[in-house]
Amino acid sequence: MNKLLLWFNQTGSPARFDAFARRWSTPSFILAVILLAIGVFGALLSVPTDYKQGDSFRILYIHVPAAWMSLIIFVIMAVQSAIALIWRIKICELIAMASAPIGAVFTAITLISGAVWGKPTWGTWWTWDPRLTSELVLLFLYLGVIGLYSAIDDRRAAGRAAAFLAIIGVVNVPIVHFAVTWWNTLHQRSSELGVRDASANPPEIWIPAVFSGFGLIGLIFVIIILHTRNEILLRERRAQWVQELVQQELLLLQHLLQLKKLG
Amino acid sequence: MRELRALLARDIGLMWQKRSDAAQPMLFALMVCVMFPLAMGSEPARLAQSASAVIWVAHLLAGMLVLDNLYRSDFEDGSLEQLLLAPVPLPMVIASKVAVHWLTTALPLLVLTPLLAQLLFLPMNLLPVLMLSLLIGSLLMSLIGAVVAALTLGIRRSGLLLALMALPMYVPVLVFGAGSVWSAGQGLPWLGAIYLMCAGLVFLIVLAPWAAASALRLALS
Repeated sequence: MNKLLLWFNQTGSPARFDAFARRWSTPSFILAVILLAIGVFGALLSVPTDYKQGDSFRILYIHVPAAWMSLIIFVIMAVQSAIALIWRIKICELIAMASAPIGAVFTAITLISGAVWGKPTWGTWWTWDPRLTSELVLLFLYLGVIGLYSAIDDRRAAGRAAAFLAIIGVVNVPIVHFAVTWWNTLHQRSSELGVRDASANPPEIWIPAVFSGFGLIGLIFVIIILHTRNEILLRERRAQWVQELVQQELLLLQHLLQLKKLG
Repeated sequence: MRELRALLARDIGLMWQKRSDAAQPMLFALMVCVMFPLAMGSEPARLAQSASAVIWVAHLLAGMLVLDNLYRSDFEDGSLEQLLLAPVPLPMVIASKVAVHWLTTALPLLVLTPLLAQLLFLPMNLLPVLMLSLLIGSLLMSLIGAVVAALTLGIRRSGLLLALMALPMYVPVLVFGAGSVWSAGQGLPWLGAIYLMCAGLVFLIVLAPWAAASALRLALS
């Protein structure tokens, strides 16, 4: 077996995944915060005010990365669900189910920030534009997955059924993505990061959005692995390695308390 | 093939025993269509404008409400598990179940549709387009519903959750189905939407029974 496959197989075991989550959550979080800080600084301070929209266009630096995340998380969820159903890997099922609420939140952020931006710019909070409608359907699909997962009592059966629903729902992702190209309606087309025409969309405008996007990817990575870790610890609380882990943490805590007393 | 014929005969026999149930979706759709003139005012011109949309939504809601019956009674008396073990491919079993379900729930509604159209003053020249779009649309909804309903089998009271899961999947069917009638009303070409729905139907006839079969296996394992 080659090294990469071996790594995936090993990380699929609960104890190994726990170690992986413990090792990587803090550095990823720090990296995400740095990237997000650069993105927010660029979006709020360094990008010049738009001559038509004034400062309201700065909402788009939240709206666009959140929209990316709403789609990316659905794809992550569907891929993890497929792995969980095909190879019966429990961790992937947990990762998929941990991503559903996060994706729903990002979809809601996308819709709300879009509405807030649309009111002064388009003159309306909401229109029945294909992009907006398909994003709303995406939110309903997330809620369906979450609802199905919480409705079934047996956790494994719930995970499998919800994973199946996530795989069916992924059909909607390309519809959201291409909605602006297929139907030319109110929602703007993607400016494609100025790849086509650098003068219309210079790098200093879109670079903050890219920083925020990568920062958010780091953030969702941290949230997903921590959620998954919580769920694993809860389910495996009778397992020996969890008990040992708790013992270690307790010892550490006692040491710290003693140090404090002495100090 | 013989087993399938026996299964079809059994399902139709069962449905015939409870033939008064078939009236329920019809009554429900009729009531939805009655509520609209009461809420919107009975001006014929205004009703005619929204008639096709109201009839489409009535079909959608009625279809969603009967979705739970598709497997529920077989699941409760244990015959579904027997069918899972039977030496017949499960997708074929599901296809026949969906067919019988469509015949007993959607077909009566389709028969009722001209009456609903009259109640809401739909222009007569739009009726064929509406019927055609509803015919294909109801088949699509039955096939999509078969997959979604299979996932909620493990839940005792799945009504609202089933709606939450099925309605987003019905959105494209509604958009193109009601859209075709709307275009016809505007004098625009409407066949494009119908062709797209036909393409979807071909796709789903092939895929949905298999998807529903694996969903059933997941729900019952």
